[in-house]
Amino acid sequence: MSIKGDRTQRDEGQFLADSTRSRLSLTLDSSLDSVNKVELTAEEWGARAGFDEDTISHIAMAVREAAVNAVMHGNAYNKGKYITASFETTADSLIIRIADQGPGLNIETIPDPLAPENILRGSGRGIFLIRAFMDEVNFRQLHPGTELTLIKHRTPAQPGI
Amino acid sequence: MSMKVQTRQVDGITIMDLSGRITLGEGSVTIRDAVRDVLAKGSNKILLNLGDINYIDSSGIGELVSAFTTVRNSGGELKLLNLTKKVHDLLQITKLYTVFDIKDDEASAISAFTK
Repeated sequence: MSIKGDRTQRDEGQFLADSTRSRLSLTLDSSLDSVNKVELTAEEWGARAGFDEDTISHIAMAVREAAVNAVMHGNAYNKGKYITASFETTADSLIIRIADQGPGLNIETIPDPLAPENILRGSGRGIFLIRAFMDEVNFRQLHPGTELTLIKHRTPAQPGI
Repeated sequence: MSMKVQTRQVDGITIMDLSGRITLGEGSVTIRDAVRDVLAKGSNKILLNLGDINYIDSSGIGELVSAFTTVRNSGGELKLLNLTKKVHDLLQITKLYTVFDIKDDEASAISAFTK
C-alpha cells in the first residue's frame, strides 16, 4: 500500500516524511494505538501549520474520529487490514486523508445525531464532529475501503510552514 | 493518560471524581463499569465531577449519554459537575448541554438532587 509521491512504511512506530517535510504518509495496523498515533501526528502538523491551540485541538479530534471509524467500523480491528493516514501542508490548507480497507461507508445512511430521536444514542457522533471541526470533509469509496479527506484552511497571516 | 475514577459519598449522593481522558478504549469502559457498580450497590443519585477531564471524544460523549440514560431508567438522577471548556463546547455542539443537568458548584449540585 502506498500513496503516490510518498514513501510509506508498515507501522512499527516509525514514519517517513518526504524531503520537504510538507507531506507525510503513515500505514498503520488496525488498532487503538494507531488511532492515538494518528491523533498525535495531527496535533504536530496542526502546530507546524501555525494553527492556534483551540484549532489544533479540533483538528486532532476530527482526525481521531476519522481514525476510530477506519479502525473500528472500516477494518473492524482486522489484523490483516491497514489504515493509511497522510498529512499535507499547502500554502492554503492542512489536508489530512484517512483511509481504511473495509466494506465501504454509505454516508447517506448515517443518522443525524442532533435529531430528537437520536439525541440520547450512545454512539453516532463521530462524522458529525469531523464536519463540525473541519472546513471541508470529502468521502471517497476505494473498493474496498473508504477515504476521508479532511481540510482546514490556513489564514493568510498564519505562521508555520 | 488513561482515565481514573474516585468515588465518594456526600449526603447520600455518590460523587465520582474523574480525571484524564474519556475516549474509546480508555475512559469509556471505566465510566460504564463504575456507574454499574454504584447502581448495583443501591445508589442511584450520581454526580460526575468532570473538572479534571482534559479530553473527551465521541465515544466518551456516548458513554456519558449512556450513563445518563442507564441511571434515569433505574429511577435515579445523574448530573454533571465542573465542565472544562473543551467538554462544555462539545456538549454545546452536540446539543447535549440542555439534556444533562450541569452544575459548576458541588454544594449546589448536591442540593439539586431530589431528596
